[in-house]
Amino acid sequence: MLTIAMPKGRIFEEAAALLQEAGYQLPPELDESRKLIIEVPEENMRFFLAKPMDVATYVEHGVADVGIAGKDVLLEEERDVYELLDLKISPCYLAVAGLPDTSLNEVAPKIATKYPNVASTYFRGKGEQVEIIKLNGSIELAPLIGLSDRIVDIVSTGQTLKENGLVEYETIVGITSRLIANPVSYRMKNQDISTLVSRLTNTIAEKAVQ
Amino acid sequence: MSKLLMFEKPVGMRDTLPHIYETKRKLKEAAEQEMGSWGYRFIETPALEYYETVGDASAILDRQLFKLLDQEGNTLVLRPDMTAPIARVAAAKLLKERVPLRLAYSASVYRAQQREGGRAAEFEQIGVEMIGDNTISADAEVIALLVSVMKKSGLEKFQISLGHIRFTDELFRQILGTEERSEQLRRFLYEKNYVGYREHVKSLPLSSIDKQRLLQFLALSGGIGCLDEAVKLIEGSAGSEALDELKTVYERLKEYNVDQYVTFDLPLVSHMSYYTGLVFEVYAEGVGAPVGNGGRYDDLLEKFGHPAGATGFGLRVDFLLEALEKLEDEAGIHCVLFSNERRVEAIQEAQKRREAGECVLLQDVAGVKDVDKFTESCKSVTFFVGKSSNGGEG
Repeated sequence: MLTIAMPKGRIFEEAAALLQEAGYQLPPELDESRKLIIEVPEENMRFFLAKPMDVATYVEHGVADVGIAGKDVLLEEERDVYELLDLKISPCYLAVAGLPDTSLNEVAPKIATKYPNVASTYFRGKGEQVEIIKLNGSIELAPLIGLSDRIVDIVSTGQTLKENGLVEYETIVGITSRLIANPVSYRMKNQDISTLVSRLTNTIAEKAVQ
Repeated sequence: MSKLLMFEKPVGMRDTLPHIYETKRKLKEAAEQEMGSWGYRFIETPALEYYETVGDASAILDRQLFKLLDQEGNTLVLRPDMTAPIARVAAAKLLKERVPLRLAYSASVYRAQQREGGRAAEFEQIGVEMIGDNTISADAEVIALLVSVMKKSGLEKFQISLGHIRFTDELFRQILGTEERSEQLRRFLYEKNYVGYREHVKSLPLSSIDKQRLLQFLALSGGIGCLDEAVKLIEGSAGSEALDELKTVYERLKEYNVDQYVTFDLPLVSHMSYYTGLVFEVYAEGVGAPVGNGGRYDDLLEKFGHPAGATGFGLRVDFLLEALEKLEDEAGIHCVLFSNERRVEAIQEAQKRREAGECVLLQDVAGVKDVDKFTESCKSVTFFVGKSSNGGEG
């Protein structure tokens, strides 16, 4: 039995569709169901839904054998898991944004973000010391209301930034969803996980050709 | 920080309650006895070492070390593993008396936890070090002993993954040319980031054949057959010597009749620089992290001033307990309850039973509020209460 942690929300539908294209029989009610854990005995699989930010945590602790997580989560959380496959779904990128024609505060440049680890690593890499302010959502609000000079956040279409009168200053890194595995499951359930990887690899390659 | 409440412990520190203690004791006893019966001698080293010596030589990351200062201002560390302290003792003293050395340990080690709970910061490790023997026989013995210890500890469903750091190094050196580029690629393996590895390989200015060699390397895991695939990727003698070592060790493990527990995993990189030859990790069903690991570390002893090859393994007792699942019952204690007038009889009865090998607790009934509740967890009870001269069985 393979236990799979799936991210709720935005990535879920694309991830489920990809598994179905790879020939896995998923129950149609997977996303609507109020059940937290859903068994699919025909595939010898068990799914559960988790907050996207938490998927890597479940996999690291081994309560899920594999999971689907955004690269943003993996960069932020630095969990001890295998990153096996780029699923090429839910593409977006992490960027630095702020109000147009502004510069960083000279004394204490402030950066608001949901990704304190990524933001801190990025600015350190550039040789800049900044102060990170951790927020849990509506990051765009921070520069508007004067909490920070810049934000570091996920951008997919740029629409949200535009609507709030913010502009992108720098792109940090491109993001897609990844298939991750627990290091022990990767060995002890190698057969099941390898099959999953090769079936998904084929599906992704076919999609790339189309 | 808010005021600590009296029940709180530092992050990652755990209590061992009686029934867990009992299970742990039995497990350790079985493991220690097995190591002893293979001729390994146990040693103990201090919990505190100098940061500049053992702390620096240890394979554990700097940020995981617990550090403190002594009165002279020297930085000390709580030992993060047992291998480095044993290397210190071996280099300073024991290697002058006997080579090769077979040493074993069973001790607590300390690793600070950065993030949330769920991970122990203090745990017991049990393991062996074979120092001063560079033969494949030494590597094979250590792995065979590891299998034997796992079985004696009551575990059946486990697996050992075997890799060889010199094969990885040689393949990368052949294709990439520089140590700097090799290290970049090795870091992707160390971080288990196969996606990043593949992307990085694709971005390198290499021929498509060389790129293919690096990509195929990732798939080199599974049965002995993957070594034949590995031969095709490498040129020259250094890399194929490493593969020959893997083959030979597998042959030896067959002779020990433990080959069924071993698979190969050539992209396995347990540490960025510590190991110098064979490396391995042990996985057990039901535990989310490796229960143990080990390998050959020929450069460590030199740091302590006495160059010598070495190999060994360490197992985490807390993870082994997790894999065992079942805990020992506390029962097995016989209770003798007495009232003051028959105290002498009770003491004699307890002594008689203890001499026969029973665990007996002797309790003055006046000190107990609720007799039923008190005796609940005992396997049996004898009463010496009141004036009657007949001891009653309960």
